[in-house]
Amino acid sequence: MLLDRHIGFVEALRAAGLSVSLAEDIDAARALTHIELDDRETVRAVYAATLCKRDGHRPGFDQLFDLWFPALIGDGRMGAGISAGDTDGYELVTKEGDNELAQQLADDGPQALEEFREELGRALQEDDRQRIAELAIFGVGQFGALPGQGPGRSTWSAYTAMKRIRPEDLAFRIMQGLEAQGFGEEEARAVATRRIGVFTGLSEADAVRRIAQEKGVEKVQETVVRPTLDRLDFLSMRRDDVEELRRQIYPLARRLATRLTQEHHARRRGPLDFRRTVRASIATGGVPLTTHHKPKRPHKTELVVFCDVSGSVANFAAFTLLLVYALREQFGKVRAFTFVDDVVEVTDQFVPGGDLVDIMTGLVAQSAQAARFGRTNYGRAFSKFVEKYPDALGPKTSFLVLGDARSNYADLKIDALKTIVERSKKQWWLNPEVRRNWDTGDSVATRYADLVPMVECRNLTQLSEFVHDIL
Amino acid sequence: MIRPYDRDVSTSTWFQSPDDAATRLNAVGYLTDTPTATTAYLTGALEKPLLLEGPAGVGKTELAKAVARATDAELIRLQCYEGLDEARALYEWNYKKQLLRIQATDTSQDWEQTHDDIFTDEFLLTRPLLTAIRRTEPTVLLIDEVDKTDVEVEGLLLEILSDFQVTIPEMGTVSAVRKPFVILTSNASRELSEAVKRRCLYLHLDYPDAKREKEIVLSQVPGVSDKVAGQLVETIGRMRDLELKKSPSIAESVDWARTLVALQIGKLDDAAITRTLGVVLKHRSDQERAVRELKLGR
Repeated sequence: MLLDRHIGFVEALRAAGLSVSLAEDIDAARALTHIELDDRETVRAVYAATLCKRDGHRPGFDQLFDLWFPALIGDGRMGAGISAGDTDGYELVTKEGDNELAQQLADDGPQALEEFREELGRALQEDDRQRIAELAIFGVGQFGALPGQGPGRSTWSAYTAMKRIRPEDLAFRIMQGLEAQGFGEEEARAVATRRIGVFTGLSEADAVRRIAQEKGVEKVQETVVRPTLDRLDFLSMRRDDVEELRRQIYPLARRLATRLTQEHHARRRGPLDFRRTVRASIATGGVPLTTHHKPKRPHKTELVVFCDVSGSVANFAAFTLLLVYALREQFGKVRAFTFVDDVVEVTDQFVPGGDLVDIMTGLVAQSAQAARFGRTNYGRAFSKFVEKYPDALGPKTSFLVLGDARSNYADLKIDALKTIVERSKKQWWLNPEVRRNWDTGDSVATRYADLVPMVECRNLTQLSEFVHDIL
Repeated sequence: MIRPYDRDVSTSTWFQSPDDAATRLNAVGYLTDTPTATTAYLTGALEKPLLLEGPAGVGKTELAKAVARATDAELIRLQCYEGLDEARALYEWNYKKQLLRIQATDTSQDWEQTHDDIFTDEFLLTRPLLTAIRRTEPTVLLIDEVDKTDVEVEGLLLEILSDFQVTIPEMGTVSAVRKPFVILTSNASRELSEAVKRRCLYLHLDYPDAKREKEIVLSQVPGVSDKVAGQLVETIGRMRDLELKKSPSIAESVDWARTLVALQIGKLDDAAITRTLGVVLKHRSDQERAVRELKLGR
């Protein structure tokens, strides 16, 4: 029974993209024999230590662990819901044969909802994680239950629960509490949003747990586990992903820079330094025992980044710009331009030692000037660029376009792009769309790709590979 | 079939159980949480190396030292850096001594015997890895900042990490008399190879929650009052929420507490924070951002 569970869990991890080798599988099983199995967190720690060896995989691992080794079955400790006093028993109440069910269903009226919201508001304000978790479980059971087909085949929806509980309305109250403690407004809002996010996340996890219990784990896991952050599509990001990704920029830039320095060092020896070799050979009677080499001169790319900042691809452009900026000491000179249907230079936003958030805000503000009619027009942007900034391109410049090549059926101005190609040393085009979507609808990917080599760049992994390759 | 909880207690040199690991590490001043204690226990029980990853200053190296203190083992440390090679990590022949030995022999001794003489223990300079393996007493081997080395060194580590043995061509294979407790640390500035990761247990150390961090500060800095520690940890927590270039780590919280004690500041108000901000935040843009976001009057 336990072994089946173990093997199922390992299979699920593999399916989710964690590379778990047979040796690690055996290690995990062996490790389990060394511990007492009564504490769930210990079991989680054992599995994490033996199977999950990359920090980026941890969220997916945790989700799967929660699915395969749920903390409780059914509604668990129901008493902890409204009546706050009754928290001593940790009895697992299974749903089958639960007499309370009928009573609960009657008990999800507006009055109960109001009480629940009151309770939740207090817990969120005090940031009482334990309580928030309990309330999430309770909330989904109480307000997220959907009648299923037949008795005992009910299902749950965190979405329904959230629609009824409306936790985001509590934000104001939390913020007031925080501001009384001396938090600034912006910061208080961020904290409040995050706490509510925690509650929503827990509720979603609980709904999934209930459904998994009802329908079997295998059915659920495919839909639940999201790809890890570095494989997430730029175009399908949610707001919290964007924030999380922004936090990754500096670590990523540092990793890339370290890797580059190491690789450069490996190829450090330049051409033979004849004079020094001969001079050194005098000590050994004219026999050149050791050769001396000139240090290799690192060549630094001058980069012009040309970004589409219209709604659909703005995220992608912002990340790439930030990454380029974080790596700017690797380049000789970087100039950045943004466009929608007009071109604006944004290089001055990137002050050395500047603050990431400030830069982002500044970028957004300045990019607003890049739109005249608000419809992306690549052709116009290219010709405007040639017209307004002829000095930007030179024989040492590399020209990097970021965008999806969706030009709203406007004139392509292939000539303008040809001029750019002729004037610059090297060109690339990063397209955040999946390759199979190129040339669908108003995309003119291959028309432009004839002139400028186009690369698919959908996620952070592809982006960092590309940046590494051009340096 | 996995049988729960039947193991031979007497064979475990290191910790008896996760709880035992937690208690003993706490006793030597390293406050653990469940994952850390469990993983530390497993490392000893399974006799596998442990790979620690996490941001700088969360106590990776400190854990190794604490394990050594808690188990009365000796700590042998190999600090990794770019260009580290076999001669610095494993062993080296003391060639000067070998030369002397050859010159000192009279001509009657034949080469065969000299050859056998100069490749013996006497002429072997052991470096941290070999030292750790040959010791008969309990040893904690700390391989610090593995990500700083070249990929070739990882290959060198493989033999040691999986079999605890070193092959010296002139002498044969040296196997561990007593398997050391191996801890590798990494700042993840480079992705380690799959082969190394597969052989290790893995633990990601992160910033602790406010409660544990307060306990850490209180235990590390004797003079600090409970109230100041609470305020300090809360402020640090708020700083970590900002998007900074370098978030303050535990080491910096502790430093900050020490600074406050040294300056005899009994209350962490805005003025005190502003005066001592340089201890915690080490980028100008970070400091400016903190001042603005935390509404510190400058």
